[in-house]
Parts: sequence; C-alpha cells; structure tokens
Amino acid sequence: MAGIVSYGAYIPKNRISRMTIFQANAWFAPATIQFAQGEKAFCNWDEDALSMAVEASRDCLKGLEKKEVDALYLASTTLPYADRQNAGIVATALNLKEEVVTADFTGSLKAGTTALLSALEAVELGSKKNVLVTASDRRETKCAYLYEMWFGDGAASVMVGKDNVIAEFKGSYSVSYDFVDHYREAGKKTDYIWEERWIRDEGYMKIIPEAINGLLKKYTLSVGDFSKIIYPCIFKRTHRAIGKLLGASKEQVQDNMHEVCGELGASHPIAMFISALESANPGDKLLVVSFGQGADALYFEVTENIKNLSPRNGISGSLANKRDITSYEKYCIFRDLLAVEMGIRAEAGGQSPLSILWRNRKLVLGLVGGKCTKCGTPQYPKSHICVNPECRAFHSQEDYEFADKEAKVVSYTGDLLAISLEPPAIYGMIQFEGGGRMLVDFTDCELGELQVGQKVRMSFRKRWHDKERGFHGYYWKAVPVKE
Amino acid sequence: MATGIKDKVAIIGMGCTKFGERWDVGAEDLIVEAFEECIQDAGINPSEIQAAWFATCFDEIHVGKSALPLAMILHLPYIPVTRVENFCASGTEAFRGAVYGVASGAYDVCLAVGVEKLKDTGYGGLPAGGGGNLSWFVRPNITAPGGFAMLASGYSAKYGISMDDVKKAMAHISWKSHQNGSKNPKAHLRNTPSIEEILNAPMVAYPLGLYDCCGVSDGAAAAIVTTLDIAKSLKKEHEIITVKALQVALSNGEEASFTNWDYDHIIPTTRAAQLAYNEAGIKNPREEISMMEVHDCFSITELVTYEDLGICERGKATKDVLDGFFDLGGKIPCQPDGGLKCFGHPIGASGLRMLYEMYLQFLGKAGERQIKEPKLGLTHNLGGFPFMGIGSVAIIGRYKD
Repeated sequence: MAGIVSYGAYIPKNRISRMTIFQANAWFAPATIQFAQGEKAFCNWDEDALSMAVEASRDCLKGLEKKEVDALYLASTTLPYADRQNAGIVATALNLKEEVVTADFTGSLKAGTTALLSALEAVELGSKKNVLVTASDRRETKCAYLYEMWFGDGAASVMVGKDNVIAEFKGSYSVSYDFVDHYREAGKKTDYIWEERWIRDEGYMKIIPEAINGLLKKYTLSVGDFSKIIYPCIFKRTHRAIGKLLGASKEQVQDNMHEVCGELGASHPIAMFISALESANPGDKLLVVSFGQGADALYFEVTENIKNLSPRNGISGSLANKRDITSYEKYCIFRDLLAVEMGIRAEAGGQSPLSILWRNRKLVLGLVGGKCTKCGTPQYPKSHICVNPECRAFHSQEDYEFADKEAKVVSYTGDLLAISLEPPAIYGMIQFEGGGRMLVDFTDCELGELQVGQKVRMSFRKRWHDKERGFHGYYWKAVPVKE
Repeated sequence: MATGIKDKVAIIGMGCTKFGERWDVGAEDLIVEAFEECIQDAGINPSEIQAAWFATCFDEIHVGKSALPLAMILHLPYIPVTRVENFCASGTEAFRGAVYGVASGAYDVCLAVGVEKLKDTGYGGLPAGGGGNLSWFVRPNITAPGGFAMLASGYSAKYGISMDDVKKAMAHISWKSHQNGSKNPKAHLRNTPSIEEILNAPMVAYPLGLYDCCGVSDGAAAAIVTTLDIAKSLKKEHEIITVKALQVALSNGEEASFTNWDYDHIIPTTRAAQLAYNEAGIKNPREEISMMEVHDCFSITELVTYEDLGICERGKATKDVLDGFFDLGGKIPCQPDGGLKCFGHPIGASGLRMLYEMYLQFLGKAGERQIKEPKLGLTHNLGGFPFMGIGSVAIIGRYKD
C-alpha cells in the first residue's frame, strides 16, 4: 500500500511578534488586534517559496537514497516563474537523476494535498516507486491589513512510496468549488479578499465538513475513529467551531499553528500533518484536509515504522530554530514593502547568461564539485585538472556533492561597504569535512556568532532578483550550526 | 640558459603626478602630466621611444579598450603600444613589458605608463563587479576591504595573537605611513591621525576601520627604460639605476579550492619574493634590503607582506612593527612616500609610483623623506585578493653597487 515514507519541513528562522506588527499599525488598522496573538514566521530577505522548498525537500530526503526518487511534485501559489519549471530548479538543487518527472502544482491553496494525492495514486498504481512532494509558499501582503497577521512563510515535504511507510494511505475524498474567498491574478503581488464573515459561514463552515463527511461516508467511518483531524482555518474560533460541528473532541483537532508561525499557504495542511506525525503512535488514524476552491480529504494510518524514522528537523525542529525580529521596519524592508536606497553598488551586475547557467547548473544550483579519482581530493569547482599540487591529473574528476557536507570557518568578515539588506554583509572562506573549500556568503547569522573553526552547514538561497529582466538567481550560503 | 634580468636594463627617467581627487583632470591630462616629468628627467626626445606598455584597470570607465588611448594622447610615433592589466598589479606589468622589451634586444628605449581615474566611477571605493559570466552566478558579495579583512581573522587564529594586538600593529602601520605621507607634496592624504584616532575609527569591514584602508585616488606615473650602454651615455655613473629583479607569481586555485592555506598570508607574494631574491642574488633580505614600497591597500596586507617577503618570520611581524623596524627612521623604512595608504591608489599607476619613490631615493631627491645611502629598493605590487591574486616584486639599485 502506498503511503508516507518520510517527511521534512522548513520554517524560516525569522519571527515577528504580532504585537510588534500591531503596535506599528494600530493607529491605522485597530481591528488587526483580533489576530495579534503569538508570532509569525517570515522569510529572510534571501528566501522565497522555491528556496524553502529545497530546504524542506533536503530535510525529507535524510536517510533516503536520492536515486530512488522518480518524481518531484512542487506545490505553491507563489513560485517565481510562470514558465520555467520551478520543480526542475528544485530537482537540480537536490541533484536528482535526470530521469524524473517534475511538475508544478499551482493555482490554489489546496495544491499541496492535490499534489500529494496524485503522488499516492501514482505509487499505488505502480507507475512510480517514490515521489517527493513538497509544498511551499511565501505569500505577500501589504502593511496594516488582516492577512498580514494571518499568513506565515514555510515549506513542508513528504516522500511517498511503498516500502517502510510510516503512514499508510487509506483513501480520499475531494470536492472542487469555484469558491472565491480570495483570489490573486497572475503577476499580481497580493491577494484580493472578500468579507471574513462570509468566508467563515459559506466557506470554511460548509466545505471542510462536506469533504470530511464525504470521506467518512465513503469508507464507513466516524469522527471518533481518528486520533487527529487536521484542517486549516485562519480564524481560530471557526477552526474550533468546525471541530465541534463534526463532533470531534478538543484533543482530536490538530492546532492550526497561528501562534507559532501563521498559515503557510499551500504547505499548511502538510505542515500540520507532519506536526501530527511527530507525536503520532502506531495505529493512529489521521485525517488531513485542505481548503482552497474546494477541499481534499486524505486519510492515513500510522504504522510501526514511525518509530524507526531517522532524525530530521520536521516542524518541531523548524519551530525551535528562531530569532525574534523586533523591528517592523526591518520586516517591511525584507519584504520589499519599504523603499530603501541601496546606492550605486546595487547597480552592479546585469544579465545572467543562460547558456553559462546551463553548462554549470550542477555547480551553481546543485553545489556539485569534483573528486579526483587519482588522489582522492574533493574540490569545488570540479575542473579538468586536479587542484592538488602533488597530483594535477587531467580529466580525473567525478561528480562530488558538497551540499550536505558539514564545514568549518577558515576566515570571515562583516563588510559594511558591500550592499546588504541587513548590514554588515557577512562572508568568508569555509572548508568542508573530507576536503574541499569555497568562499561563501553567510546568512541567518550575526557577526558575533562566527569565529575561525565555527561549524557551518549549507543552505539554498535566493542570491539576487534582477527586477528588470525578471530573473531569480539562486545559490548556496553557509549558516552557522549551533553546537 | 636564461640568466634573469639583473643589471640588464636601466631606468633613465620617471614621472608621477600628484595623486588625489583630481576633479579637474581626466586620464588624458594625468598621462601627459606624468609623461612630461618623465621625458624631461630622461633627457631624450619622445621620438626616440620605440615601444610602450600601458596599464589601466577599469577601461570600461574612462580610457576605453586597447592601447590606443596612450598612443593617441601622447601622439606616439606609430610605435607598438600594448595595454596590460593584472588588477592592482597592472603598473608593474607595464614596467615589466618595457623592461623585457629592452632586455630582449628588440628595442633600445621603452616607455611604461600607468593611469587610473577612479573618481569618475561615482563610487566612494572601488566599483562593484559586472555580470555576464560564471562568476556572476557564484561570487559572494565581496568587496576589496572585506576580501583582505579576512587576513586578520586568519592571521589572529593561526598565530594565537589577539585581535586587539593585531589591530594595534595595524594602527602603527597606518600611523607610520601617514607620518611619511605628510612629508610628501604629491600624496593624496597628508593628515597625521594619532594611534588612538586610528583605533577608534568607524568600521569598514571587520576588523578594518577607516584608517586601515588606502586612499581612492586619481593619478598616473611613467618610466623610461633603456640599455646599459645608452644609460651610461646619458647619466653619471652613480645615477645609473638598474633593475636587479622583476618577478610575478599568480594564484592557481589552490588557495580557493585546496585544503592547505589558512587565509593568513599571501602565497603569490611569497613565491614572487623568493624568485626575485634568487634573480637579484639576495641571500638575507632582512639585512640586504634598504627600503621598500609594499602594497598596503589595507594595513593588514602590509603586515602579512613583511612575512611574505621574508623580512619577518611567520607570526612575528607585529613585534617588528611595534618596535619601529619599518618606520622612516627604522632598519627598513617601508612606505617612505606614504604608500597606497596616503599617496593613494590609482590602480594602473601604483606599481610605477612605487618605483618612482625608490628611484627618487637613489637620486637623493626625496626631500624630507630622504633615506641615507640606500643600496637596494624593493617594490611589492599586489593584484586581486588573498585567495586569488597576483604578487609582483621588483628590486632596483645602483648599477655600480
């Protein structure tokens, strides 16, 4: 039977307390106090839906063989490209084999569960062995409005397969409605939202129960059969009310995660699913539901294998990794809501030669270097001639992956001259365990956290956005690892 | 069998403009200013120049590509002119071209000119890089100060010297250069900050502060070189200054990709120095070098350069610095003209400006900065970054010595 083999998640480190937001905007939008509880997670200035998808996928792949992945489905409503397969960029960053099916699932907040359903059905049918399903969203909001309080950024990933499943897929029920609680035109930055009361009464309170009841009827089950009923709802009271309507107990309803990160868009149902799996026991039945122009309802049964899943960040690990941003202005600058003068240095650069990117896609996106087969020296970049002065063999290198290798700081600096959205710009030279080194930018780090010898890990980030040409450039940066 | 460059080529003329924020002049004016002094010093007619080498780094910004700008501006007589560039070591490359032109026997008289008009870029420092190549996809957000600042962390960790002590040595280095620059009418910066002011200056790239970074300047410098025979016919015996050594070494990727360098020194400098000492027949540089102009783009660069040049043992330079070993009155005066720090750093010109000061010192024309009876003068001109750079070392001295 097809099911979930592993999971991974990525919630960015930045948190801003909703009271910080409210205090900045109270004079303009006093009503936002209704949702000003807890904190929301938001992307660092160098992160987006695609970069987070890579990080969540890497977390999911821990302990698994990459070459067993037959397909990668990426679900999101905020992917950078309308036409340049985003899932293909993720697959290249993960250095998956070429013979994979990649697909972008977009257009709705239920795209995550739809992608998951497609993966489960393909594996069940036997046409795919393992499908990596990753959902990710970074939804943009204007200042001082309710949705600024509701939304957070994050990505969640599950591996769908048949062997050693930790949660078996038992069945699903879906409905599709052109229920427009909100919409966003292609190319537009922010959503257009209708009245919350109508969304609550005609949307959440009707469609989610319809999908759940449909599933229960289809499989002759009752609410009481489930350990956890998992569904999104940005309104906490409505979230509880749905549970009551279904006759579920408080303990059965999976928390909507408003206070700890906010609603993570298309990845939210899967993020909540992972949170439930993190404390689930063998035999538990979990019901996972999405909401977005209809709903998908999927049900799983947790197996004994959940005890053997190797350690990963998941949701709990991601939530534990945080830094509090106390400046609303900084939040706005990171989200390009406040115009700051970057100065003449920001004019540097220009077009990104696509033919060069194609030839060097593994080097740039995959952080793949070389290892000399004659002397065993790992080196980045891979080259025709071995860098080892004792070797210098020609054409002797094989591909060698650096992304998952740990590294140590050789030297570093905090540069106030280089442009940065969070000065100083921190960069340095790192050396990988096993050999190889490179010059890198650091991110998610303060200057004081660094010293020569500090351990770091690599993280996939958006290096730049060429607004004029609409190009999003990605590369790897180093993040200090807490010992 | 190659026999090196020692005593095969003589410098008969040099010129150098005032360096600084020369808002009122362009490259076309600076080139003439340096050339006029140079040709008058040489005492020859411009029509006798048979080949020229032209150094400038940011051709996109002012002079444009090819060597035509030099030929056009000086109305050179339809001779070969070659444009050379090796980042901040470009000036020495122009000199090298001219010197080898003469040493090869192909030409009798060659000209080297270096110029940079940095104050037309619109930047406070060096302009940020362009796009359009592989480096654009992967290059970290690096600036010149940051790239060299990392030497300090690497040096401090490797030799177990506290950052405070490294900063004190760096401050003395800058202080000493400012003291010298104040005695030089052609220098860009002539102020004399105290050690305290230097240590408390605003940070640019940790741990380098404002006074650890060299001036951003406009300027040009020039040299005319010729054979020994021609030099003897033009100059008095003790005025014949010859090239004793001229060596360049480039990084090869080991610093950036191979696991054997701790970002604590600069390999190209070390290699070029060894080659230069061999070429000049120098066995003990600490005893035999009389004076130096090194590439003090940043104070930390000068500190590690003392060790790279074999003057100080590895890890011991801070002691010599604080003892005043490199002060004007010390054992080996370094940066007697103020260095890049105070004279300024118009990229294409710097290598030639360094030779200019050594040349003036030999001719007794260094005014307040005069060093007594120098025997050998060393210039060190560095391009690029510590992890990927060009190190050049030139040694000149009197022919008769």
